[in-house]
Amino acid sequence: MKLTKLMSATALALGVLSAAAAPLAAEEKTEFKLAWSIYVGWMPWGYLEDSGIMDKWADKYGIDVEIVQFNDYVESINQYTAGAFDGVSATNMDTLSIPSGGGVDTTALIVGDYSNGNDAVILKGDGGIEALKGKPVNLVELSVSHYLLARALDTVGLEEADLDGVINTSDADMIAAYATKDVEAVVTWNPLVSEITGSNPDANTLFDSSDIPGEILDLMVVNTETLADNPAFGKAVAGAWYEVMSLMAAGDEEVLTALAEASGTDLAGYKAQLEATEMFFSPADAVAQARASDLPATMTKVADFLFDKGILGEGAPSADFVGIAYPDGATSGDASNVKFRFDTTYMQMAADGAL
Amino acid sequence: MRLINHIPNRAGGLFLAALPFIAVLIAYSVASDIRLSANPQDKLLPAPSTILSTAERLFTEPDRRSKDILLWKDTFASLARLVGGVSISAAISLALGLAIGLFPYARSFMSGFVSVLSMVPPLALLPILFIVFGLGETSKVVLIVIGITPFMTRDLSQRVLDIPREQIVKAQTLGASSLVIAWRVALPQILPRLISNIRLSLGSAWLFLIAAEAVASNVGLGYRIFLVRRYLAMDVILTYVIWITALAFVIDWLLKTLSRKSFPWMEAGL
Repeated sequence: MKLTKLMSATALALGVLSAAAAPLAAEEKTEFKLAWSIYVGWMPWGYLEDSGIMDKWADKYGIDVEIVQFNDYVESINQYTAGAFDGVSATNMDTLSIPSGGGVDTTALIVGDYSNGNDAVILKGDGGIEALKGKPVNLVELSVSHYLLARALDTVGLEEADLDGVINTSDADMIAAYATKDVEAVVTWNPLVSEITGSNPDANTLFDSSDIPGEILDLMVVNTETLADNPAFGKAVAGAWYEVMSLMAAGDEEVLTALAEASGTDLAGYKAQLEATEMFFSPADAVAQARASDLPATMTKVADFLFDKGILGEGAPSADFVGIAYPDGATSGDASNVKFRFDTTYMQMAADGAL
Repeated sequence: MRLINHIPNRAGGLFLAALPFIAVLIAYSVASDIRLSANPQDKLLPAPSTILSTAERLFTEPDRRSKDILLWKDTFASLARLVGGVSISAAISLALGLAIGLFPYARSFMSGFVSVLSMVPPLALLPILFIVFGLGETSKVVLIVIGITPFMTRDLSQRVLDIPREQIVKAQTLGASSLVIAWRVALPQILPRLISNIRLSLGSAWLFLIAAEAVASNVGLGYRIFLVRRYLAMDVILTYVIWITALAFVIDWLLKTLSRKSFPWMEAGL
């Protein structure tokens, strides 16, 4: 009796561990899982699932795609990297640092938008970027906010060492943090930016992502092997995504209201956020962004930032440790260790109406 | 012979105690091996050897940028907050516990309030704490204090009430005043209880400390864990988890030893 119990307990413990141990193996399959988290440019992913548009396209290709919302952005990427999901909504920077840096070969299936003002450096009171010198800055460390700050400081020849340090602050508490008197400057993203600037007359936006257009890309990234073995997965996801994009571009109030409500704001609020987002409603524009001649330079800048902050890991001998492949076949970084690929195949199919 | 009378010998006891640790280690190694053979760069379950070399680096090598050994800096910052929070909680709960347990007026006044307060989930109040106490050290210490004091106070006041009524009556017949009874009768019997109370509360105190450090901080054990989670550096996280476990174990052992040395008559009850 006792022994059986002990053995079943051991089996249970091992079972739990082996569940964690087995990453989703790439092979031909019919069930796929995508993860997404709340952000203005990613709201359509939730709508795809709720409206049945994803199911419609998945049925067309004889597969099943489940889209799961995460409350915690980093956790969604970590879960994808660990192998629990086939794809995840992420920025180009976080894709490079977490899955690609972690050896998971990842492809940007859809280039959704770039942040065009959604991320901002906000100072309490008057002054320019130089005024940040000697001040503490509250932000989510190692996030795109941190990258934006580094780019802002670059423009006036300052470095992070010239500040009174950065203080890692959870995005969930950023608005409350701004209200405390020891906080002098914050870097954050929408909807927090509009909340802070809207309700604090002393909030002074020093620098925002419209100053570095095309550098903070919001993507849907998927496992490269899974995509290669299952082209139907790529086709169904791209088809469904661009159906919703065309509805949004046409200004479909019903769709936009659903997106606004899901992101906790109203139609006007959501439209204001969209204005700070360069959405690629047409697949041809997304293809053009993925093929942009300055993309390799941007990704190299991002890689340098990640390496400088130690985010690429201790195993990274240099900023070029992870290779990145572009649609024209060019690569940046280590060409023998390509783990991040911009692939326009499926977006191009959508543009050609071939889905 | 009944099972309850089977006692393992010393070697057998040690082996049995080590068994669960060995089992966890083996299960981890196997799982890590499976994942690493699928993807040699996998970060989720790093090999034990990787954790060991990461630990060696974290404990001995200074950070490239700040030239500090971050692990020690984090440890001292976190321990200072923890010791501060727990000491304040201990002092408050000792004073309140004695008052509630001994003085009927204090009992009527505070007992209900403390019971209700101990049910409030402090983490939900974080934004208010930040506005009132700022984002600095104060709010982190205050979170620990708010988190564990009501519970400790409830327990200590109950322990005071558990003191046999006869002792209190006897002290009064010998002419002791209320304060002398608190000082000479109740306090010596409560102090060992306070220590065991602190030992029980340390788990919650760590939890609140790590939560506070995750929200807004630039140094500390919890801060580092949440920061490196951003790039899934599980080798660093696991090193920190093992280190925190070791620290908690040592603190617990120190408190137990202190209690045994200072209050040998209470040994059976601890």
